[in-house]
Amino acid sequence: MPEMTKPRPKHLALHQIRLPLAGYASILHRVSGAGLFLMLPLLIWLLQLSLSPNPESAAMFSAVTDNLLVKLILLGLLWAFLHHFCMGIRILLIDIHVGVEKQQAHNSAMAVMVISLALTLVFGLKLLGAY
Amino acid sequence: MNRLVVGAHYGLMDWLAQRVTAIVMAVYTLIIFAAALGGATASREAWHSFMANGFIRYISFLFIVSLCYHAWVGVRDIWMDYLNSAAVRVILHVLTLLALIGYAGWAVQIIWRL
Repeated sequence: MPEMTKPRPKHLALHQIRLPLAGYASILHRVSGAGLFLMLPLLIWLLQLSLSPNPESAAMFSAVTDNLLVKLILLGLLWAFLHHFCMGIRILLIDIHVGVEKQQAHNSAMAVMVISLALTLVFGLKLLGAY
Repeated sequence: MNRLVVGAHYGLMDWLAQRVTAIVMAVYTLIIFAAALGGATASREAWHSFMANGFIRYISFLFIVSLCYHAWVGVRDIWMDYLNSAAVRVILHVLTLLALIGYAGWAVQIIWRL
């Protein structure tokens, strides 16, 4: 294996690398997935509180979700979920050879960014009680 | 490329599992969203009776299992990409797996005791 004789590891100048938009969307897919994984206990706990019949759980659910920090975390998770969802659909489409061309791939990455942010705004305002 | 691809084929299995679990979760998401539009989240009582429905409990179980399997593949890939030490990687793989199995049990009992 001749390539193994090259010096390793290579040190890439990350701040100088320019990625296409799809590259950033892809990194955000990973970041959003990691965030959702890390916050999974919070989400399961909220599910438990939302479904528990006892009144203390109802009060606890309100207290927790009224907390500003929790609201911000949930807003972040909302974006993470929506980005991961939209990007996932893009990946599934590319799997079946839809949007493989360079320009189409750029456009779909842009669509993922715009749609997930727009939906975050729509659902986020609901989360924050604006309507 | 002249290379014989042999082995346990878990690369293909993971690729497929990641797609199947993603589709299950996406469909579930749309069902829950439609239900919310239809008033399932209007009150605690409405939410409880919606989630206690037999079919919804069934698909909620599929969602939970899909989520945990999907997260396992994804998080494992993150550890594989960035951690060079095999010892640290193994420890985090095990911790990730144990966490996800526990989350699955926790979430399933929330749904199935309704």
